[in-house]
Amino acid sequence: MRVLGGVFAAVVALALWQAIVSLTDVPRFILPPPALVFETWIANRALIWEHTLATATEIALGLLIGAGLGIVTALTLASSEFARLTMRPVLVFTQALPVFALAPILTLWLGFGLGSKIAMAVLIIYFPITSAFFDGLMRTPQGFLDLARTMGASNWTTLWRIRVPAALPSLGSGLRLAAVYAPIGAVIGEWVGSSQGLGYLMLLANGRAKTDLMFAALFTLGLLSILLYVLVNWATLTYLKRHTPGV
Amino acid sequence: MVAPGIRFRGSAALDGRALFSGLELDLKSTGWTCLLGVSGVGKTTILRMIAGLETGAVLHGEITASDGAPLGDRIAYMAQSDLLLPWATVRENVSLGARLRGEAVNRDLVDRLIADVGLSEHAGKKPHALSGGQRQRVALARTLMENRAVILLDEPFSALDARTRAEMQELAHRLLKGRTVLLVTHDPAEAARLGDTIVVMTEAGVTEVPPPEGPAPRAVDDPAYLEAQARLMMLLRAV
Repeated sequence: MRVLGGVFAAVVALALWQAIVSLTDVPRFILPPPALVFETWIANRALIWEHTLATATEIALGLLIGAGLGIVTALTLASSEFARLTMRPVLVFTQALPVFALAPILTLWLGFGLGSKIAMAVLIIYFPITSAFFDGLMRTPQGFLDLARTMGASNWTTLWRIRVPAALPSLGSGLRLAAVYAPIGAVIGEWVGSSQGLGYLMLLANGRAKTDLMFAALFTLGLLSILLYVLVNWATLTYLKRHTPGV
Repeated sequence: MVAPGIRFRGSAALDGRALFSGLELDLKSTGWTCLLGVSGVGKTTILRMIAGLETGAVLHGEITASDGAPLGDRIAYMAQSDLLLPWATVRENVSLGARLRGEAVNRDLVDRLIADVGLSEHAGKKPHALSGGQRQRVALARTLMENRAVILLDEPFSALDARTRAEMQELAHRLLKGRTVLLVTHDPAEAARLGDTIVVMTEAGVTEVPPPEGPAPRAVDDPAYLEAQARLMMLLRAV
């Protein structure tokens, strides 16, 4: 039913788009008709695929590294009062800086290659993951903690055997949010300076007034983002359903 | 293992307001002491203080065991909520204490205790697949697995339906034989049924009330038990 709804919405949007193009005589380099975009997409599939791979690599590595760093940070914050006192203000400050503004600096430091785009994606997803997982770790039901205490558990085993498993649903939410943000980070990185990726391809096409190719790249990016979200959503929910059934 | 008696003497204040003062409570060695009181009277605070758990209140006084040894690692705790980890199987929940302390798990003992509470065929299931009564039986097996001399029960049967509650009371009484048990409850029937010692706690303080004749758990149609239940109810309503 949800798939049918999505298909319906897409058909309506395409019809509307075509109607605007037909009725207003808007030039092709401003708004190309959907059929032309589709033709361009097919004709340039090798080119688009090559750039898609580059962007997908940036996103995947960014997600992996960002999630890893976020998880480690959340665990550190949750297990140490000192870490909470010293690191949290720093974390909040980094969030006050618009990540967009850091992109030129990252490109300066890490070059025009993959590195600066991965760093961009990492920066943009690091905070949501840290914050979601940390909140989960700090919200362990008090009864579980009381029980662990009467059983003579150390802080470490309580963290590992009770607080972490209890916080996995929160980590799942963080990962799903990260899946939405990671492509944004990668594309921002590509816009600031790169030689490959869908964001780069869009700028290139724009500069040559190839609006149809720009749209084709944009749609590929949209598809890639949706695919990533669906995948992460499915993986986290399937795992959680097996890990903590009935919750 | 000889289960010690416990002596509680003291006063406690919460946010500057006295919770209880000059309280004298004695848990007799190897018997059930039922601490009966209405909600909010501070009985759970007493239990949590004996358990060494955070209460928010400050205790001026002392809690000592009759053998003079520290209590810390000799208590096991069972709450109204079963506190089963939803991601762990029955077996894993029962062996939680050993796993939290990094000790080797005695699997034979785990399976035997699960059999004792009648859940052998559910040993591999996770808690969501069990009924409320079954879950509380897992919690009982987990408590037994700790093999502690002093058992602190904070209304562990109050969320169960009447029949399941009666069955759980009998099962717990049988399996916790030989230990010093403190049962905190708001139910006069439960106190009259299980208490070797019955202590009623009201805003005015604690009063020890003679238990009904005959060994616990008393039969549900025992006239002495029914009479004691009524008497306890009157005491609770007197204030």
